[in-house]
Amino acid sequence: MSDKLELTCIGCPMGCQLEVEIENKKIIKVKGNSCIRGEIYAKKECTNPTRIVTSSVCVENGVIDVVSVKTEKDVPKNKIFKVIDELKDVAIKAPVKIGDIIVENVANTSVNVVATKNVKAR
Amino acid sequence: MLNYDIVIIGGGPAGLAAAIKAKEEGIDNILILERDSVLGGILNQCIHNGFGLHTFKEELTGPEYAQRFIDKVIDMEIPYKLNTMVININSDKTIIAVNEEEGLLEINAKAIVLAMGCRERPRGAINIPGDRGAGIFTAGTAQKFVNIDGLMPGREVVVLGSGDIGLIMARRMTLEGAKVKAVVELMPYSSGLKRNIVQCLDDFNIPLKFSHTVINIKGKYRVEGVTIAKVDKNRKPIKGTEEYIKCDTLLLSVGLIPENELSRNAGIMLSNITGGPIVNESLQTNVEGVFACGNVLHVHDLVDFVTIESYNAGKSAARYIKGQRFSNEGSIKIEAKDGVRYTVPKSINIDNVEKMVQLRFRVSNVYKNSHVSVYFDDIKEIYKKKKILTPGEMETVIITNEMLKKYMDTRKITVRIE
Repeated sequence: MSDKLELTCIGCPMGCQLEVEIENKKIIKVKGNSCIRGEIYAKKECTNPTRIVTSSVCVENGVIDVVSVKTEKDVPKNKIFKVIDELKDVAIKAPVKIGDIIVENVANTSVNVVATKNVKAR
Repeated sequence: MLNYDIVIIGGGPAGLAAAIKAKEEGIDNILILERDSVLGGILNQCIHNGFGLHTFKEELTGPEYAQRFIDKVIDMEIPYKLNTMVININSDKTIIAVNEEEGLLEINAKAIVLAMGCRERPRGAINIPGDRGAGIFTAGTAQKFVNIDGLMPGREVVVLGSGDIGLIMARRMTLEGAKVKAVVELMPYSSGLKRNIVQCLDDFNIPLKFSHTVINIKGKYRVEGVTIAKVDKNRKPIKGTEEYIKCDTLLLSVGLIPENELSRNAGIMLSNITGGPIVNESLQTNVEGVFACGNVLHVHDLVDFVTIESYNAGKSAARYIKGQRFSNEGSIKIEAKDGVRYTVPKSINIDNVEKMVQLRFRVSNVYKNSHVSVYFDDIKEIYKKKKILTPGEMETVIITNEMLKKYMDTRKITVRIE
């Protein structure tokens, strides 16, 4: 039995319309993608959907009170709220630099959360 | 009186890229004027990822994307003034600006790059009836509260408009613990990017109601709820379809307007479709030596395209300083027709084209399995198949120098959807 699944690629803002052919839970064919990223996304989205999570954490003694952060790599989609939860009570001291590790191995994903903004100390 | 070769109004992604390019082209006497306390513009509050895939071939967040350009500006020692508000530009290219430290500044520029960006349409622009309690914000204002100030604007949210900022904020509010009850869109399609609908709404099961609008806001001191209704083909609410949604916050994502008060004072002609200056192939406005790029010219969905456009504007400004002139004499007019709302630029003078011109445009409706056609007078030169065209996504066709030479006597280029 083969199945067809329609997806919108989120690999980049192009948003390619993908058509994935699945047979016996295996991906046979990906159509509609304009680059390799589309194929990778389709395969992932049908087996192990992941997202990069972006949020913010509190900064102490900074010129602004929050610093933006992201997961360094994409994490399983069902862990998004776990990641957010672990960031809730984090407070980091200024100065903060882009790339500074804010939380290691967040939500047991073996992915770090890093700062995405420089914040100078007050 | 201060004297500069090129003054760039605005230190967001457009202004930064224009400055970098102008400097690379050998112009040293540049000044960036920025009204905020930091460079980077709106990118500072766009903490989500998805920026830079075209420019850097990697996926960055807004602040990271901005920082790369800020670092370069600092590295190249391009002068800039922060907390500096430009209050007037004259058609003779004198600029009046003001800041706390220096007071009133009179600046004489040989060339100006307009890079002021855009602003959000507020409640008043769409005339929603009802109470005027607290809790009604534009999506971008809410974004600043959450991402820069660390404050939550509300707990139960309805978003009106499915523009990108509205979609992004629906997710952001959800992640921060708010309940987003619905995103309501007047049109039968979204003006936001597909990926944002997938990633911001579908991922969190937030309902998106097409052909619906908010017809009343309740709550004298604080928003208590909104009434939404389905609309007909003419976008008029249909009786009997009203639905009350309890909420304490209404976010508006109902369009962006290029911020051109300064341009108007300078005698710059604006397009009544884009709200931005009418420019030629060199991104020069009708005032010689004044160029425009980024969201002040026309609203973009991708910062990567802003960067490319602004490099071009910076390059033109540098060439202007070196003595080149970008006259419109003998220019080919570009007409937007049959589903094409506008084009940037509006004219091409072949003498000013180095290799090619990127013609950017938006369509007025959703078109599936259609073609973008470009006619040189009556001859169809480009016929590009498109699976989908939507008003939310800016399109590009490239007019090459070869094409322009092939049709030397062309008087009009027409872009249409077929």
